[in-house]
Amino acid sequence: MKRMAAYPENAFWRLGSLLVIGCALLPVAWIVSLSLKPAADLNDGRFLPQAASLEHYRAIFGDAQFPAALWNSVGIAAIATLLAVLLGMLAAYAIVRLRFRGRRLVLGGALAIAMFPPVAVIGPLFDLWRSIGLFDTWIGLILPYMTFTLPLAIWILSAFYREIPWELERAARLDGATALQAFFHIIVPLAAPGVFTAAILVFIFAWNDFLFAAALTSTNAARTVPAAIAFFTGSSRFDLPTGSIAAASVVVTLPLLLVLLAFQRRIVAGLTAGAVKG
Amino acid sequence: MKRRGISDERLGWLLCAPAIAAMLLVAAWPVLYALWLSLFRYDLRFPGQRAFVGWDNYTSVLSSGVWWEAFLNTVLITAVSVSIELLLGMALALLLHRALFLRRTLRASVLVPYGIITVVAALAWKFAFDPVTGFINPLLGVDTAWLAQRGPAFLVIILTEVWKTTPFMALLLLAGLTLVPQDLLQAARLDGANAWQRFSRITLPLMKPAILVALLFRTLDAFRIFDVVFIQTRGAQDTETVSLVGYHALITRLNLGLGSAVAVLIFVCVIAIALVFIQGFGTALSEGEAER
Repeated sequence: MKRMAAYPENAFWRLGSLLVIGCALLPVAWIVSLSLKPAADLNDGRFLPQAASLEHYRAIFGDAQFPAALWNSVGIAAIATLLAVLLGMLAAYAIVRLRFRGRRLVLGGALAIAMFPPVAVIGPLFDLWRSIGLFDTWIGLILPYMTFTLPLAIWILSAFYREIPWELERAARLDGATALQAFFHIIVPLAAPGVFTAAILVFIFAWNDFLFAAALTSTNAARTVPAAIAFFTGSSRFDLPTGSIAAASVVVTLPLLLVLLAFQRRIVAGLTAGAVKG
Repeated sequence: MKRRGISDERLGWLLCAPAIAAMLLVAAWPVLYALWLSLFRYDLRFPGQRAFVGWDNYTSVLSSGVWWEAFLNTVLITAVSVSIELLLGMALALLLHRALFLRRTLRASVLVPYGIITVVAALAWKFAFDPVTGFINPLLGVDTAWLAQRGPAFLVIILTEVWKTTPFMALLLLAGLTLVPQDLLQAARLDGANAWQRFSRITLPLMKPAILVALLFRTLDAFRIFDVVFIQTRGAQDTETVSLVGYHALITRLNLGLGSAVAVLIFVCVIAIALVFIQGFGTALSEGEAER
Protein backbone atom coordinates (compact mmCIF):
# COMPACT_ATOMS: atom_id res chain seq x y z
CA MET A 1 0.00 0.00 0.00
CA LYS A 2 1.36 3.39 -0.91
CA ARG A 3 1.86 6.01 1.75
CA MET A 4 -1.12 8.24 2.39
CA ALA A 5 -0.97 11.88 1.30
CA ALA A 6 -0.66 14.87 3.59
CA TYR A 7 -2.56 14.99 6.87
CA PRO A 8 -5.22 17.63 6.02
CA GLU A 9 -6.28 15.67 2.96
CA ASN A 10 -6.51 12.59 5.12
CA ALA A 11 -8.72 14.37 7.63
CA PHE A 12 -10.92 15.57 4.78
CA TRP A 13 -11.59 12.01 3.60
CA ARG A 14 -12.19 10.80 7.16
CA LEU A 15 -14.70 13.55 7.79
CA GLY A 16 -16.39 12.65 4.51
CA SER A 17 -16.62 9.00 5.51
CA LEU A 18 -18.23 9.84 8.82
CA LEU A 19 -20.67 12.21 7.13
CA VAL A 20 -21.73 9.58 4.59
CA ILE A 21 -22.17 6.89 7.24
CA GLY A 22 -24.27 9.31 9.28
CA CYS A 23 -26.50 10.32 6.37
CA ALA A 24 -26.99 6.74 5.22
CA LEU A 25 -28.02 5.48 8.64
CA LEU A 26 -30.05 8.48 9.84
CA PRO A 27 -33.50 7.48 8.48
CA VAL A 28 -33.01 3.88 9.61
CA ALA A 29 -32.14 5.01 13.12
CA TRP A 30 -35.15 7.34 13.05
CA ILE A 31 -37.63 4.64 12.04
CA VAL A 32 -36.23 2.26 14.67
CA SER A 33 -36.56 5.01 17.25
CA LEU A 34 -40.16 5.74 16.19
CA SER A 35 -41.06 2.07 16.38
CA LEU A 36 -39.83 1.89 19.98
CA LYS A 37 -41.54 5.03 21.23
CA PRO A 38 -44.59 4.35 23.42
CA ALA A 39 -47.79 5.62 21.77
CA ALA A 40 -47.93 8.60 24.11
CA ASP A 41 -44.43 9.76 23.08
CA LEU A 42 -44.88 9.43 19.30
CA ASN A 43 -45.42 13.14 18.88
CA ASP A 44 -42.70 14.40 21.22
CA GLY A 45 -40.57 15.56 18.29
CA ARG A 46 -37.42 13.99 19.69
CA PHE A 47 -35.07 11.93 17.60
CA LEU A 48 -34.41 9.36 20.31
CA PRO A 49 -37.07 7.62 22.40
CA GLN A 50 -37.23 8.59 26.07
CA ALA A 51 -38.54 5.14 26.96
CA ALA A 52 -38.62 2.00 24.84
CA SER A 53 -41.67 -0.16 24.38
CA LEU A 54 -42.48 -3.10 22.12
CA GLU A 55 -46.21 -2.29 22.01
CA HIS A 56 -46.21 -1.46 18.28
CA TYR A 57 -44.52 -4.75 17.45
CA ARG A 58 -47.09 -6.62 19.52
CA ALA A 59 -49.85 -4.67 17.78
CA ILE A 60 -48.76 -5.50 14.22
CA PHE A 61 -48.22 -9.17 14.97
CA GLY A 62 -51.51 -9.32 16.87
CA ASP A 63 -53.38 -8.09 13.80
CA ALA A 64 -54.12 -10.40 10.85
CA GLN A 65 -52.93 -7.99 8.15
CA PHE A 66 -49.21 -7.71 8.75
CA PRO A 67 -48.33 -11.39 9.29
CA ALA A 68 -50.28 -12.23 6.11
CA ALA A 69 -48.45 -9.53 4.15
CA LEU A 70 -45.10 -10.69 5.48
CA TRP A 71 -45.83 -14.26 4.43
CA ASN A 72 -46.98 -13.06 0.98
CA SER A 73 -43.85 -10.94 0.55
CA VAL A 74 -41.46 -13.71 1.54
CA GLY A 75 -43.21 -16.37 -0.54
CA ILE A 76 -43.78 -14.27 -3.65
CA ALA A 77 -40.29 -12.75 -3.65
CA ALA A 78 -38.64 -16.13 -3.05
CA ILE A 79 -40.52 -17.93 -5.83
CA ALA A 80 -40.03 -15.05 -8.27
CA THR A 81 -36.31 -15.03 -7.44
CA LEU A 82 -35.99 -18.75 -7.97
CA LEU A 83 -37.72 -18.59 -11.35
CA ALA A 84 -35.92 -15.47 -12.58
CA VAL A 85 -32.51 -16.87 -11.65
CA LEU A 86 -33.31 -20.23 -13.25
CA LEU A 87 -34.48 -18.68 -16.54
CA GLY A 88 -31.61 -16.19 -16.36
CA MET A 89 -29.05 -18.97 -15.90
CA LEU A 90 -30.22 -20.83 -18.97
CA ALA A 91 -30.44 -17.72 -21.14
CA ALA A 92 -27.10 -16.28 -19.97
CA TYR A 93 -25.38 -19.58 -20.70
CA ALA A 94 -26.71 -19.54 -24.24
CA ILE A 95 -25.68 -15.89 -24.67
CA VAL A 96 -22.14 -16.34 -23.41
CA ARG A 97 -21.34 -19.78 -24.75
CA LEU A 98 -23.34 -20.54 -27.85
CA ARG A 99 -23.25 -18.95 -31.27
CA PHE A 100 -26.86 -18.68 -32.24
CA ARG A 101 -28.99 -16.05 -33.88
CA GLY A 102 -31.29 -15.46 -30.89
CA ARG A 103 -28.53 -13.81 -28.83
CA ARG A 104 -29.26 -10.32 -30.01
CA LEU A 105 -32.99 -10.82 -29.59
CA VAL A 106 -32.62 -11.91 -25.96
CA LEU A 107 -30.11 -9.20 -25.06
CA GLY A 108 -32.14 -6.54 -26.87
CA GLY A 109 -35.33 -7.71 -25.20
CA ALA A 110 -33.67 -7.68 -21.81
CA LEU A 111 -32.36 -4.17 -22.39
CA ALA A 112 -35.80 -2.97 -23.50
CA ILE A 113 -37.48 -4.47 -20.45
CA ALA A 114 -34.92 -2.94 -18.11
CA MET A 115 -36.01 0.46 -19.43
CA PHE A 116 -39.71 -0.36 -19.29
CA PRO A 117 -42.03 1.87 -17.29
CA PRO A 118 -44.01 -0.66 -15.20
CA VAL A 119 -47.00 1.68 -15.23
CA ALA A 120 -47.33 0.92 -18.96
CA VAL A 121 -48.20 -2.72 -18.28
CA ILE A 122 -50.28 -2.57 -15.08
CA GLY A 123 -53.48 -1.69 -16.97
CA PRO A 124 -53.43 -4.65 -19.36
CA LEU A 125 -52.24 -7.02 -16.61
CA PHE A 126 -54.99 -5.75 -14.31
CA ASP A 127 -57.59 -6.36 -17.03
CA LEU A 128 -56.21 -9.77 -18.01
CA TRP A 129 -55.57 -11.00 -14.46
CA ARG A 130 -59.16 -10.17 -13.53
CA SER A 131 -60.57 -12.11 -16.44
CA ILE A 132 -58.40 -15.22 -15.96
CA GLY A 133 -58.54 -15.23 -12.17
CA LEU A 134 -54.95 -14.19 -11.41
CA PHE A 135 -55.91 -10.88 -9.80
CA ASP A 136 -54.97 -10.81 -6.11
CA THR A 137 -53.07 -14.12 -6.30
CA TRP A 138 -49.40 -15.02 -5.72
CA ILE A 139 -48.93 -16.04 -9.35
CA GLY A 140 -50.33 -12.70 -10.46
CA LEU A 141 -47.36 -10.97 -8.79
CA ILE A 142 -44.74 -13.68 -9.34
CA LEU A 143 -45.10 -13.45 -13.12
CA PRO A 144 -44.37 -9.72 -13.44
CA TYR A 145 -41.58 -9.83 -10.83
CA MET A 146 -39.94 -12.75 -12.59
CA THR A 147 -40.17 -11.04 -15.96
CA PHE A 148 -39.02 -7.61 -14.89
CA THR A 149 -36.02 -8.97 -13.02
CA LEU A 150 -34.91 -11.18 -15.92
CA PRO A 151 -32.70 -8.45 -17.45
CA LEU A 152 -30.89 -8.01 -14.12
CA ALA A 153 -30.45 -11.78 -13.77
CA ILE A 154 -29.29 -12.25 -17.37
CA TRP A 155 -26.79 -9.38 -17.17
CA ILE A 156 -25.26 -10.34 -13.86
CA LEU A 157 -25.05 -14.00 -14.78
CA SER A 158 -23.54 -13.29 -18.21
CA ALA A 159 -20.94 -11.07 -16.58
CA PHE A 160 -20.03 -13.82 -14.12
CA TYR A 161 -20.13 -16.55 -16.76
CA ARG A 162 -17.59 -14.66 -18.85
CA GLU A 163 -15.08 -15.02 -16.01
CA ILE A 164 -15.46 -18.78 -15.77
CA PRO A 165 -12.58 -20.95 -17.09
CA TRP A 166 -14.55 -22.56 -19.89
CA GLU A 167 -11.65 -24.86 -20.88
CA LEU A 168 -12.94 -27.12 -18.13
CA GLU A 169 -16.23 -27.42 -19.92
CA ARG A 170 -14.53 -28.08 -23.22
CA ALA A 171 -12.45 -30.80 -21.56
CA ALA A 172 -15.59 -32.39 -20.15
CA ARG A 173 -17.28 -32.29 -23.56
CA LEU A 174 -14.25 -33.85 -25.23
CA ASP A 175 -14.40 -36.57 -22.58
CA GLY A 176 -17.85 -37.39 -23.81
CA ALA A 177 -20.18 -35.27 -21.65
CA THR A 178 -23.10 -33.64 -23.41
CA ALA A 179 -23.49 -29.87 -23.31
CA LEU A 180 -26.18 -30.20 -20.66
CA GLN A 181 -24.06 -32.52 -18.51
CA ALA A 182 -21.11 -30.17 -18.79
CA PHE A 183 -23.37 -27.30 -17.81
CA PHE A 184 -24.83 -28.89 -14.70
CA HIS A 185 -21.71 -30.69 -13.41
CA ILE A 186 -18.94 -28.25 -14.25
CA ILE A 187 -20.39 -24.82 -14.79
CA VAL A 188 -23.15 -24.60 -12.20
CA PRO A 189 -20.79 -25.09 -9.22
CA LEU A 190 -18.34 -22.54 -10.66
CA ALA A 191 -21.14 -20.08 -11.32
CA ALA A 192 -22.62 -20.40 -7.83
CA PRO A 193 -21.27 -17.07 -6.49
CA GLY A 194 -22.72 -15.22 -9.50
CA VAL A 195 -26.01 -17.02 -9.12
CA PHE A 196 -26.12 -16.08 -5.47
CA THR A 197 -25.44 -12.41 -6.26
CA ALA A 198 -28.13 -12.37 -8.93
CA ALA A 199 -30.55 -13.99 -6.51
CA ILE A 200 -29.99 -11.35 -3.83
CA LEU A 201 -30.50 -8.47 -6.26
CA VAL A 202 -33.60 -10.03 -7.83
CA PHE A 203 -35.01 -10.69 -4.37
CA ILE A 204 -34.45 -7.05 -3.40
CA PHE A 205 -36.35 -5.91 -6.51
CA ALA A 206 -39.33 -8.15 -5.79
CA TRP A 207 -39.24 -7.33 -2.07
CA ASN A 208 -39.13 -3.60 -2.82
CA ASP A 209 -41.84 -3.37 -5.47
CA PHE A 210 -44.89 -1.30 -4.69
CA LEU A 211 -46.54 -0.43 -8.01
CA PHE A 212 -47.42 -3.98 -9.14
CA ALA A 213 -48.46 -4.92 -5.62
CA ALA A 214 -50.70 -1.86 -5.33
CA ALA A 215 -52.27 -2.45 -8.75
CA LEU A 216 -52.64 -6.23 -8.85
CA THR A 217 -53.65 -7.15 -5.30
CA SER A 218 -56.47 -6.05 -3.06
CA THR A 219 -56.65 -8.29 0.02
CA ASN A 220 -54.52 -10.25 2.48
CA ALA A 221 -54.50 -13.11 -0.03
CA ALA A 222 -51.58 -11.64 -1.96
CA ARG A 223 -50.93 -8.09 -0.74
CA THR A 224 -47.23 -7.73 0.00
CA VAL A 225 -45.63 -5.69 2.77
CA PRO A 226 -44.94 -2.43 0.84
CA ALA A 227 -48.58 -2.26 -0.27
CA ALA A 228 -49.86 -3.31 3.14
CA ILE A 229 -47.81 -0.61 4.88
CA ALA A 230 -48.90 2.01 2.36
CA PHE A 231 -52.56 1.15 2.87
CA PHE A 232 -52.42 0.59 6.65
CA THR A 233 -55.38 2.30 8.21
CA GLY A 234 -55.57 3.73 11.68
CA SER A 235 -58.56 4.14 13.93
CA SER A 236 -59.84 6.96 11.74
CA ARG A 237 -59.27 7.65 8.08
CA PHE A 238 -57.07 10.64 8.75
CA ASP A 239 -55.07 9.09 11.52
CA LEU A 240 -51.90 7.41 10.23
CA PRO A 241 -50.93 4.57 12.58
CA THR A 242 -47.38 5.89 12.80
CA GLY A 243 -46.16 3.45 15.44
CA SER A 244 -47.45 0.38 13.62
CA ILE A 245 -46.02 1.57 10.31
CA ALA A 246 -42.63 2.18 11.91
CA ALA A 247 -42.59 -1.23 13.57
CA ALA A 248 -43.62 -2.99 10.34
CA SER A 249 -40.93 -1.05 8.47
CA VAL A 250 -38.27 -2.18 10.91
CA VAL A 251 -39.39 -5.81 10.66
CA VAL A 252 -39.07 -5.82 6.86
CA THR A 253 -35.90 -3.72 6.74
CA LEU A 254 -33.51 -5.14 9.29
CA PRO A 255 -33.26 -8.76 8.05
CA LEU A 256 -32.59 -7.59 4.51
CA LEU A 257 -29.97 -5.10 5.70
CA LEU A 258 -28.17 -7.87 7.57
CA VAL A 259 -28.05 -9.96 4.39
CA LEU A 260 -26.81 -6.94 2.44
CA LEU A 261 -24.08 -6.22 4.94
CA ALA A 262 -22.99 -9.85 5.12
CA PHE A 263 -22.62 -10.09 1.36
CA GLN A 264 -21.70 -6.50 0.52
CA ARG A 265 -18.74 -7.39 -1.71
CA ARG A 266 -20.77 -9.64 -3.94
CA ILE A 267 -23.62 -7.19 -4.16
CA VAL A 268 -21.35 -4.33 -5.18
CA ALA A 269 -19.76 -6.61 -7.78
CA GLY A 270 -23.19 -7.66 -9.05
CA LEU A 271 -24.58 -4.14 -9.26
CA THR A 272 -21.68 -2.91 -11.30
CA ALA A 273 -21.16 -6.05 -13.40
CA GLY A 274 -24.04 -5.42 -15.76
CA ALA A 275 -23.21 -1.78 -16.29
CA VAL A 276 -19.52 -2.16 -16.98
CA LYS A 277 -19.35 -5.35 -18.94
CA GLY A 278 -22.82 -5.45 -20.45
CA MET B 1 -14.60 -28.54 -31.89
CA LYS B 2 -16.62 -31.63 -32.70
CA ARG B 3 -20.36 -31.29 -32.35
CA ARG B 4 -22.31 -33.92 -30.48
CA GLY B 5 -26.10 -34.09 -30.17
CA ILE B 6 -28.02 -30.86 -30.50
CA SER B 7 -26.52 -28.00 -32.45
CA ASP B 8 -25.63 -24.70 -30.79
CA GLU B 9 -28.41 -23.01 -32.70
CA ARG B 10 -31.15 -25.28 -31.39
CA LEU B 11 -29.74 -25.51 -27.87
CA GLY B 12 -29.46 -21.73 -27.76
CA TRP B 13 -33.10 -21.21 -28.65
CA LEU B 14 -34.12 -23.97 -26.26
CA LEU B 15 -32.25 -22.42 -23.32
CA CYS B 16 -33.58 -18.95 -24.08
CA ALA B 17 -37.14 -20.03 -24.82
CA PRO B 18 -38.49 -19.66 -21.26
CA ALA B 19 -36.95 -16.21 -20.86
CA ILE B 20 -38.19 -15.09 -24.28
CA ALA B 21 -41.66 -16.45 -23.56
CA ALA B 22 -41.84 -14.58 -20.25
CA MET B 23 -40.68 -11.33 -21.82
CA LEU B 24 -43.18 -11.66 -24.67
CA LEU B 25 -46.15 -12.62 -22.51
CA VAL B 26 -45.70 -10.39 -19.48
CA ALA B 27 -44.00 -7.35 -21.05
CA ALA B 28 -44.31 -7.10 -24.83
CA TRP B 29 -47.87 -8.29 -25.17
CA PRO B 30 -49.27 -6.03 -22.41
CA VAL B 31 -47.69 -2.99 -24.06
CA LEU B 32 -49.30 -3.87 -27.37
CA TYR B 33 -52.57 -4.50 -25.56
CA ALA B 34 -52.25 -1.09 -23.85
CA LEU B 35 -51.77 0.45 -27.29
CA TRP B 36 -54.94 -1.31 -28.45
CA LEU B 37 -56.94 -0.37 -25.34
CA SER B 38 -55.89 3.26 -25.67
CA LEU B 39 -57.95 3.48 -28.87
CA PHE B 40 -61.15 2.53 -27.07
CA ARG B 41 -63.57 4.15 -24.73
CA TYR B 42 -63.27 1.48 -22.03
CA ASP B 43 -64.26 2.17 -18.45
CA LEU B 44 -64.58 -0.89 -16.21
CA ARG B 45 -67.36 0.80 -14.29
CA PHE B 46 -69.36 1.09 -17.53
CA PRO B 47 -68.16 -1.92 -19.55
CA GLY B 48 -71.24 -1.79 -21.76
CA GLN B 49 -70.14 1.52 -23.27
CA ARG B 50 -66.95 0.08 -24.73
CA ALA B 51 -66.41 1.53 -28.21
CA PHE B 52 -63.64 2.32 -30.65
CA VAL B 53 -62.80 6.01 -30.42
CA GLY B 54 -59.53 6.28 -32.37
CA TRP B 55 -57.22 9.01 -31.06
CA ASP B 56 -59.84 10.57 -28.79
CA ASN B 57 -58.18 9.37 -25.57
CA TYR B 58 -54.87 10.88 -26.64
CA THR B 59 -56.56 14.14 -27.55
CA SER B 60 -58.21 14.37 -24.17
CA VAL B 61 -55.02 13.46 -22.27
CA LEU B 62 -52.83 15.86 -24.26
CA SER B 63 -55.32 18.71 -24.02
CA SER B 64 -55.73 18.31 -20.26
CA GLY B 65 -53.81 20.37 -17.75
CA VAL B 66 -53.36 17.31 -15.53
CA TRP B 67 -51.04 15.49 -17.94
CA TRP B 68 -48.86 18.49 -18.73
CA GLU B 69 -48.54 19.52 -15.11
CA ALA B 70 -47.59 15.96 -14.14
CA PHE B 71 -45.17 15.86 -17.04
CA LEU B 72 -43.46 19.06 -15.91
CA ASN B 73 -43.39 17.84 -12.31
CA THR B 74 -41.78 14.58 -13.42
CA VAL B 75 -39.20 16.39 -15.55
CA LEU B 76 -38.45 18.72 -12.63
CA ILE B 77 -38.02 15.88 -10.13
CA THR B 78 -35.92 13.89 -12.62
CA ALA B 79 -33.65 16.76 -13.65
CA VAL B 80 -33.02 18.07 -10.14
CA SER B 81 -32.56 14.74 -8.41
CA VAL B 82 -30.38 13.20 -11.13
CA SER B 83 -28.12 16.29 -11.22
CA ILE B 84 -27.69 16.25 -7.46
CA GLU B 85 -27.13 12.50 -7.53
CA LEU B 86 -24.45 12.84 -10.18
CA LEU B 87 -22.50 15.37 -8.10
CA LEU B 88 -22.96 13.56 -4.79
CA GLY B 89 -22.50 10.19 -6.44
CA MET B 90 -19.19 11.28 -7.95
CA ALA B 91 -17.99 12.58 -4.58
CA LEU B 92 -19.12 9.37 -2.93
CA ALA B 93 -17.41 7.24 -5.58
CA LEU B 94 -14.14 9.12 -5.02
CA LEU B 95 -14.58 8.65 -1.29
CA LEU B 96 -15.25 4.93 -1.65
CA HIS B 97 -12.23 4.66 -3.90
CA ARG B 98 -9.90 6.55 -1.59
CA ALA B 99 -11.09 5.96 1.94
CA LEU B 100 -9.14 3.52 4.08
CA PHE B 101 -10.61 4.80 7.34
CA LEU B 102 -13.68 2.74 8.32
CA ARG B 103 -13.60 1.27 4.82
CA ARG B 104 -15.84 -1.71 5.51
CA THR B 105 -18.35 0.26 7.54
CA LEU B 106 -18.47 2.91 4.84
CA ARG B 107 -19.11 0.42 2.05
CA ALA B 108 -21.72 -1.35 4.13
CA SER B 109 -23.61 1.81 5.09
CA VAL B 110 -23.71 2.94 1.48
CA LEU B 111 -25.74 -0.17 0.70
CA VAL B 112 -28.35 0.69 3.33
CA PRO B 113 -30.34 3.21 1.27
CA TYR B 114 -30.14 0.89 -1.73
CA GLY B 115 -31.45 -2.10 0.20
CA ILE B 116 -34.27 -0.39 2.05
CA ILE B 117 -37.79 -0.66 0.62
CA THR B 118 -38.65 2.60 -1.17
CA VAL B 119 -42.02 2.78 0.57
CA VAL B 120 -40.25 2.51 3.94
CA ALA B 121 -37.70 5.19 3.01
CA ALA B 122 -40.50 7.50 1.85
CA LEU B 123 -42.40 6.96 5.10
CA ALA B 124 -39.29 7.48 7.25
CA TRP B 125 -38.62 10.85 5.64
CA LYS B 126 -42.32 11.72 5.68
CA PHE B 127 -42.47 11.12 9.45
CA ALA B 128 -39.19 12.98 9.94
CA PHE B 129 -40.61 16.09 8.25
CA ASP B 130 -44.06 15.72 9.80
CA PRO B 131 -44.94 18.80 11.84
CA VAL B 132 -46.42 16.65 14.62
CA THR B 133 -44.28 13.52 14.71
CA GLY B 134 -41.05 14.67 13.10
CA PHE B 135 -37.73 15.77 14.51
CA ILE B 136 -36.77 18.08 11.63
CA ASN B 137 -38.95 21.03 12.64
CA PRO B 138 -37.75 21.14 16.28
CA LEU B 139 -34.20 20.69 14.97
CA LEU B 140 -34.48 23.63 12.57
CA GLY B 141 -36.62 25.63 14.96
CA VAL B 142 -39.33 26.13 12.33
CA ASP B 143 -42.99 25.22 12.11
CA THR B 144 -43.45 24.16 8.50
CA ALA B 145 -46.02 21.73 7.14
CA TRP B 146 -43.55 20.47 4.55
CA LEU B 147 -45.78 18.11 2.63
CA ALA B 148 -48.75 20.47 2.63
CA GLN B 149 -47.12 23.02 0.31
CA ARG B 150 -45.91 22.50 -3.20
CA GLY B 151 -42.31 23.79 -2.98
CA PRO B 152 -41.36 22.16 0.33
CA ALA B 153 -43.12 18.94 -0.75
CA PHE B 154 -40.89 18.77 -3.83
CA LEU B 155 -37.91 19.36 -1.56
CA VAL B 156 -38.83 16.37 0.61
CA ILE B 157 -39.61 14.16 -2.41
CA ILE B 158 -36.30 15.01 -4.08
CA LEU B 159 -34.39 14.59 -0.83
CA THR B 160 -35.87 11.11 -0.40
CA GLU B 161 -35.12 10.19 -3.99
CA VAL B 162 -31.52 11.45 -3.71
CA TRP B 163 -30.96 9.66 -0.40
CA LYS B 164 -32.33 6.41 -1.76
CA THR B 165 -30.54 6.29 -5.10
CA THR B 166 -27.23 8.16 -4.77
CA PRO B 167 -25.50 4.96 -3.57
CA PHE B 168 -26.52 3.15 -6.75
CA MET B 169 -25.18 6.02 -8.85
CA ALA B 170 -21.98 6.04 -6.80
CA LEU B 171 -21.42 2.30 -7.26
CA LEU B 172 -21.84 2.59 -11.02
CA LEU B 173 -19.40 5.52 -11.08
CA LEU B 174 -17.00 3.65 -8.80
CA ALA B 175 -16.87 0.83 -11.33
CA GLY B 176 -15.78 3.37 -13.96
CA LEU B 177 -13.34 4.99 -11.55
CA THR B 178 -11.49 1.76 -10.86
CA LEU B 179 -10.82 1.42 -14.59
CA VAL B 180 -8.80 4.66 -14.64
CA PRO B 181 -5.13 3.59 -14.74
CA GLN B 182 -3.34 4.63 -11.54
CA ASP B 183 0.05 5.06 -13.25
CA LEU B 184 -1.45 7.73 -15.51
CA LEU B 185 -2.60 9.71 -12.46
CA GLN B 186 0.77 9.15 -10.79
CA ALA B 187 2.59 10.43 -13.87
CA ALA B 188 0.41 13.53 -13.96
CA ARG B 189 1.09 14.12 -10.29
CA LEU B 190 4.84 13.93 -10.93
CA ASP B 191 4.40 16.38 -13.80
CA GLY B 192 2.96 18.81 -11.29
CA ALA B 193 -0.79 18.53 -12.02
CA ASN B 194 -2.88 19.35 -8.97
CA ALA B 195 -5.77 17.21 -7.71
CA TRP B 196 -8.43 19.13 -9.65
CA GLN B 197 -6.42 19.03 -12.89
CA ARG B 198 -5.85 15.29 -12.52
CA PHE B 199 -9.56 14.77 -11.92
CA SER B 200 -10.88 17.01 -14.70
CA ARG B 201 -8.27 16.20 -17.38
CA ILE B 202 -7.72 12.47 -16.79
CA THR B 203 -10.31 10.84 -14.55
CA LEU B 204 -13.41 12.58 -15.90
CA PRO B 205 -12.78 12.00 -19.64
CA LEU B 206 -11.89 8.34 -19.02
CA MET B 207 -15.05 7.91 -16.99
CA LYS B 208 -17.36 9.31 -19.64
CA PRO B 209 -18.91 5.95 -20.64
CA ALA B 210 -19.52 5.02 -16.99
CA ILE B 211 -21.10 8.42 -16.34
CA LEU B 212 -23.41 8.05 -19.34
CA VAL B 213 -24.50 4.57 -18.25
CA ALA B 214 -25.18 5.79 -14.72
CA LEU B 215 -27.10 8.82 -16.02
CA LEU B 216 -29.19 6.69 -18.39
CA PHE B 217 -30.18 4.22 -15.67
CA ARG B 218 -31.00 6.89 -13.15
CA THR B 219 -32.83 9.21 -15.56
CA LEU B 220 -35.11 6.42 -16.75
CA ASP B 221 -35.64 5.30 -13.19
CA ALA B 222 -36.37 8.79 -11.88
CA PHE B 223 -38.81 9.47 -14.72
CA ARG B 224 -40.86 6.46 -13.57
CA ILE B 225 -41.00 7.79 -9.97
CA PHE B 226 -44.10 6.49 -8.22
CA ASP B 227 -43.56 5.07 -4.74
CA VAL B 228 -42.10 8.15 -3.06
CA VAL B 229 -44.72 10.57 -4.38
CA PHE B 230 -47.58 8.16 -3.72
CA ILE B 231 -46.51 7.70 -0.10
CA GLN B 232 -45.58 11.28 0.69
CA THR B 233 -48.31 13.34 -1.00
CA ARG B 234 -50.47 10.97 -3.11
CA GLY B 235 -50.09 13.66 -5.75
CA ALA B 236 -51.68 16.40 -3.62
CA GLN B 237 -50.30 19.98 -3.69
CA ASP B 238 -49.84 19.58 -7.45
CA THR B 239 -46.99 17.12 -7.04
CA GLU B 240 -48.53 14.43 -9.26
CA THR B 241 -46.09 12.64 -11.59
CA VAL B 242 -46.91 10.88 -14.86
CA SER B 243 -46.80 7.42 -13.25
CA LEU B 244 -49.30 8.58 -10.64
CA VAL B 245 -51.61 9.97 -13.33
CA GLY B 246 -51.46 6.60 -15.10
CA TYR B 247 -52.03 4.64 -11.89
CA HIS B 248 -55.00 6.77 -10.83
CA ALA B 249 -56.65 6.56 -14.24
CA LEU B 250 -56.13 2.80 -14.54
CA ILE B 251 -56.52 1.44 -11.04
CA THR B 252 -58.33 4.09 -9.00
CA ARG B 253 -60.82 5.20 -11.66
CA LEU B 254 -60.74 1.93 -13.65
CA ASN B 255 -60.71 3.90 -16.89
CA LEU B 256 -58.62 1.50 -18.96
CA GLY B 257 -58.97 3.43 -22.22
CA LEU B 258 -57.80 6.80 -20.94
CA GLY B 259 -55.28 5.21 -18.55
CA SER B 260 -53.76 3.19 -21.38
CA ALA B 261 -53.30 6.35 -23.42
CA VAL B 262 -51.36 7.82 -20.47
CA ALA B 263 -49.35 4.59 -20.19
CA VAL B 264 -48.46 4.68 -23.89
CA LEU B 265 -47.41 8.33 -23.63
CA ILE B 266 -45.12 7.48 -20.69
CA PHE B 267 -43.70 4.65 -22.74
CA VAL B 268 -43.00 7.04 -25.61
CA CYS B 269 -41.24 9.47 -23.22
CA VAL B 270 -39.04 6.66 -21.92
CA ILE B 271 -38.10 5.61 -25.45
CA ALA B 272 -37.26 9.23 -26.27
CA ILE B 273 -35.00 9.51 -23.21
CA ALA B 274 -33.27 6.24 -24.10
CA LEU B 275 -32.71 7.38 -27.69
CA VAL B 276 -31.14 10.64 -26.56
CA PHE B 277 -28.70 8.72 -24.38
CA ILE B 278 -27.92 6.17 -27.07
CA GLN B 279 -27.08 9.09 -29.35
CA GLY B 280 -24.80 10.30 -26.55
CA PHE B 281 -23.12 6.89 -26.29
CA GLY B 282 -22.46 6.98 -30.02
CA THR B 283 -20.76 10.37 -29.80
CA ALA B 284 -18.79 9.36 -26.70
CA LEU B 285 -17.62 6.17 -28.38
CA SER B 286 -16.58 7.86 -31.63
CA GLU B 287 -14.77 10.56 -29.64
CA GLY B 288 -12.98 7.80 -27.75
CA GLU B 289 -12.01 6.19 -31.05
CA ALA B 290 -10.72 9.48 -32.41
CA GLU B 291 -8.57 10.07 -29.33
CA ARG B 292 -7.02 6.65 -29.74
